[in-house]
Amino acid sequence: MMNSLNFPILSVITYLPLVGILLICMIDSKRHDLIRWVAFLTAVVAFLVSLPLYFMFDSNVWQMQFVENVPWVSQFGISYHMGIDGISLLLVLLTTFLSALAILSTWSAVTERVKGYMISLLFLEVGMTGVFCSLDFFLFYVFWEVMLIPMYFIIGIWGGPRRIYAAVKFFIYTMSGSVLMLVAILVLYFMYYKATGVLTFDIVSYYNLGLPASAQTWLFLAFFLAFAIKVPMFPFHTWLPDAHVEAPTAGSVILAGVLLKMGTYGFLRFSLPIFPQATVDFVPVVLCLSVIGIIYGALVSLAQSDIKKLVAYSSVSHLGYCMLGMFALNMEGIKGSIIQMINHGLSTGALFLLVGMLYERRHTRLISEYGGIMKVMPIFAGLFLLVAFSSMGVPGFNGFVGELLILIGAFKAALWYGLIATIGLVLGAVYLLWMLKRVAYGDISKDENRKLKDMTGREYAYLLPIILFIVWIGVYPKPFLDKMDASVVHLLQVVNHQGSARADARKSIGLDTTSANKNHEHLAADQRR
Amino acid sequence: MEQVMTTINLSAVYPEIILACFAMAILLLQSFDKGRCKDYYGYVCLIGVLAAIAVIFTQPAGFASQSVGYSFNGMWVVDNYSRFFKLIFLLGTGLTVLISIKYIENEAMQHGEYYALVLFATIGMMVMASGAELITVFLGIELMSISLYVLAGYTRTRLASNEAALKYFLLGSFATGFLLYGIALIYGSTGTSEIRAISKFIATTGLHSSTIIIGMALLVVGFGFKTASVPFHMWAPDVYEGAPAPITAFMSAGPKAAAFAAFVRIFMEALPTLQGKWTPLIWVMAVLTMSVGNIIALAQDNIKRMLAYSSIAHAGYILVAFLSAGELGITSILYYMLAYTFMNIGAFAVITVLAGKGEEKVHIDDYKGLGYKHPVAAIAMSLFLFSLAGIPPTGGFMGKFYIFSAAIKEGYIGLAIIGVINSVVSVYYYLRVTVAMYMQAPSATAESEGPALVFSPALVVALCISAYGVLSLGLFPSAYVAIVKSSFLALH
Repeated sequence: MMNSLNFPILSVITYLPLVGILLICMIDSKRHDLIRWVAFLTAVVAFLVSLPLYFMFDSNVWQMQFVENVPWVSQFGISYHMGIDGISLLLVLLTTFLSALAILSTWSAVTERVKGYMISLLFLEVGMTGVFCSLDFFLFYVFWEVMLIPMYFIIGIWGGPRRIYAAVKFFIYTMSGSVLMLVAILVLYFMYYKATGVLTFDIVSYYNLGLPASAQTWLFLAFFLAFAIKVPMFPFHTWLPDAHVEAPTAGSVILAGVLLKMGTYGFLRFSLPIFPQATVDFVPVVLCLSVIGIIYGALVSLAQSDIKKLVAYSSVSHLGYCMLGMFALNMEGIKGSIIQMINHGLSTGALFLLVGMLYERRHTRLISEYGGIMKVMPIFAGLFLLVAFSSMGVPGFNGFVGELLILIGAFKAALWYGLIATIGLVLGAVYLLWMLKRVAYGDISKDENRKLKDMTGREYAYLLPIILFIVWIGVYPKPFLDKMDASVVHLLQVVNHQGSARADARKSIGLDTTSANKNHEHLAADQRR
Repeated sequence: MEQVMTTINLSAVYPEIILACFAMAILLLQSFDKGRCKDYYGYVCLIGVLAAIAVIFTQPAGFASQSVGYSFNGMWVVDNYSRFFKLIFLLGTGLTVLISIKYIENEAMQHGEYYALVLFATIGMMVMASGAELITVFLGIELMSISLYVLAGYTRTRLASNEAALKYFLLGSFATGFLLYGIALIYGSTGTSEIRAISKFIATTGLHSSTIIIGMALLVVGFGFKTASVPFHMWAPDVYEGAPAPITAFMSAGPKAAAFAAFVRIFMEALPTLQGKWTPLIWVMAVLTMSVGNIIALAQDNIKRMLAYSSIAHAGYILVAFLSAGELGITSILYYMLAYTFMNIGAFAVITVLAGKGEEKVHIDDYKGLGYKHPVAAIAMSLFLFSLAGIPPTGGFMGKFYIFSAAIKEGYIGLAIIGVINSVVSVYYYLRVTVAMYMQAPSATAESEGPALVFSPALVVALCISAYGVLSLGLFPSAYVAIVKSSFLALH
C-alpha cells in the first residue's frame, strides 16, 4: 500500500519555515526575543508536522510515499514532484529536528542582526528539506543550490575571523561540483529523450534506464564530484574545516548534521541506482578514498589544538565510514551508512553544541585554554563524555550501531578495507578521549575557568533531546532500521540487476542474506541490552 | 501562415511611428519650455513606451497566432520573434527611463534630448529586429548607435563620459564599416540584400564564390563588436564605465539584445547553408567571450567596469545558444535576453542610486555596510547579482539552464562544461559585492560623509518590476517559456 495523503504534507513541512520568515519580516528588528521565539516555534511546528511521516510511513514498500506531483514547466518535462522513501525519511526528520535545536542554541550566541540570522536559518531549512524530498532533477537542483545562499550568509556574516574566506570558499567549492552535475543531468535528460521520446526530469524514471557503460562512467564522475565535495570525501574536503570552524555554532550544527548528508544522500538517490555499472566499477576507488578519509581525518583531528577544528576533521573521518558502508553495496553496509548519517548528525551536532557552550563562556576554543572543566561544570563534562562515546562508537550509543553495520558490510565486501577502517575506530577514541582529558580532567589550569557556570536550562533543552536519540538508537535501533529495509532492498536490486554484467559474488551474497542480516542486528541489539 | 504584402502597410510600423512621434514631441516641448518643472519629459517618454508595448501586443493579434507579416516589399517583417525582441527593448527603455528621472535631475542635466535620444535608440533597435533586408537592418544599427554615441557622452562635464563617447564613436564607426563591407560583399555575390532571397540564392546556386564567406566573416566582426564579444569587446569596459549609469544599464540590455536579434536573424535565415563555416568561428568566440569576460571581471574594483566585463561574459553565454541553432537554442536566447534585461537593469538601478552625485561611489568598497544602512536596496542588489551568477531560483538560473540544455541537445557538451565552469568563476566577483554589502564594515571615511540615499518613487517602481521579473522568470518559467516558444524564428 502506498501512502497517498490528500494533504501535501511534504510541501507543508518544506515551506512552513517560509511562513516564519514572513512573520519575522514583520517584526521590528530590535525585538530580538520575539524574533527568536517566532523562529524557534516555526521550526518546532515544522518538526511536529514532520513526525506523522514516521508513523504513517509504510515500511513494507519501497515506492515513494506522500507523493505530490504537479507539472511545473511542462514544456521541459519539469514537474514539482515530492516524495520520500525509506532512505530519505530519517533524513527529513533529522533536518527538522536539528533545525529546531540549532535555532534554540543561538539564543545567546548571536546577539547582533538576529533578524537576518533567523531568516537565514529558516531559509536554510527550506532548502535542506526540499533536497531530501524532491524527486525531480530540476527541483532537486534548485533546492541544492538555493541552500548555498543562506549558508553563505550565515558563515560570512556571523562567523569567526576568517569568515569571508570560508564563506566564499564554501560557496565556490560546492558550486563548482554542482554545475558539472547540472551538465550531467542535462546529458542524461537528452539521452533519456532519445531512448524513450519522453522529456522528463523525474528521478525515478531514470532508475531502469540501462545506460551504456561508457556514458555511465562520465556521468557517474560528474555526479561523483558534486556529491564527493559535499560529503566531503578525502581530496575534496578542504572547504570543510574552514567552513565549520568559522561558522557560528548553529551553522556548524546544520552543516555537519544535515548539509554533509546531502552528499551521501545524493549517492544513494542518484549515483547508485542510475549508474549501477559505473558504481560497481568505481567501488575500489571509492572504498580507497573512504578509507584514506577515515584515517586521514582521524590523524588530522589528533593534531588539532582547536576543539572545533578537531570535531570538523572528525567529520571527514565519520563520513568516510558512511561512504565505505555505502560502497560495500550490501544490505548491512548501506543500512549502516544511512543510520550512520543520522548518528553523525546527532553526535557531531551535539559536539558542536557543546563546543559552542564552552565558547560562549570563554570565547576561545583552544584546548590549551581549558583543563579541569569537570570540577566546575560536572554535568557538562559528563554529557560531553557521553556524546564523545557516541561519536567514537562505544556500544550502547548510536555510533556503535552504525559503525558495526558498516564494518560488517565492509568486511564482506572488501576485507582489507574493513580492517584498515577499524584502525580509524581506535584513532577516533584516541583523539576524542585525549581532547576530553585535556579539557575536562585534571586540575584547573587557568584561573578564568574557575567560575564557569554549569549548563543552563536552555542548554539542557537543546542537548537532552539529542542525547535521548543517541541512547535510543544505541540501545534499540530497530524502529529506525526497519523503516529503511524495503527501500534498501530495492536499491540493491536495481544496482545488482543492472550492474550484474560485472557483478561478482560479493553482492549477490549481500542480497541473499537479507534475513541473516536482520538476525545480526537483533543479535547486536540484544547483546547491548 | 505568411502574408506577403507588397504594398506599404503602415500598421506594421505603428510602434516605431508612435515612438518617433513621442521623441519629436519631447524635442518640441522642450523648445517651448521655460525651464520650470522638467521631469515630466520622462513620464511623457514612458507613455510613449507603454503605447508602443500595447500596439505590439495587438499586432495583429496575441502571441498565440504565429503570424508572419512581410511588408514594404519584403523589407520589413513582423513576426513573434521580432515582437518579442521589441518587447524586451521597450522593457529596457521603460526601466531605463524610470531610473533616469531622478538621476538626471541630480546631475542637473534635465533635458528633453536625453529622452528623445533614448527613444530614437529604441526605434533603431526595433528596426534591427524587424528588418528583413540587410540595408534596413543597417539603418537600424546606425540609428541606434548614433543615439548611443551621444548618450554615452551625455554628462558633458565629466571627462570619463567624454572619453567613453569618443571611444565608442570611433570604434563603433569602424565596426559599422566592417558590417557595411560585409553587406556589400554579400549583395555583390548574391545580387540581393533581402534576407530570404539570399538564402534562396545560396540554396539554388550553391557556394560559388568565396566573397560570400568573406562577407559573412565581416558580418561576424561587425556584430561581434555590437554584441561586445571577444575579441571585439575592447570598447565595452571604458564605455560602460564612462557613460552615465542609467545609460550603461540601457546599453547593456537593449542594444545587446538588438544586435543579437539581427545577428541571429541574418545568420539563421540568410546564411543557414554556411553553418559549417561559422560554427568553428563562433565556437572560439563563445569560449573566449565567456572566459575573458569572467576572468578580467575578477580583477575589477569599479562596479560599473566589473558589470561591463560581466556583460561581455553574458554575451558569451548567448553565443553558446547561438551556436546551438535550432528551436531550443534560439528560444533560449529570447529567454535569456529577457532575464538579463531584468537583472542587469535592476543591478544598475541600485548602482545609480548609490553612485550619488557625480557618480563618485562606484567602487566596490563603497558598498561596504550597505546591507545594514539600506537593507532593502542590498537585498535587491543581492537578488540581481545572484541571478546574474545563475543561482536558483532566479531568472538568471533558468536562462542559463535553458541555454546549456540547448547546447547539450546539439552535442556541444564541451562548450557547456566550459560555460558552467565560467559561471562558477563569475560567482566570485558577484559575491565580492555581497561580501562588501554584508560582511565588511564601512570604512571610516565613508561613514562620516555619505548623504542619505534617495530612492525616488520611479526608481522604486523600476526595482520592483526588475525584482518581480527576475523571480517570476525563475519560479514560474512556464508562462514565459510558452511565449518564447511561440516566438521561435520560423525558418522559411
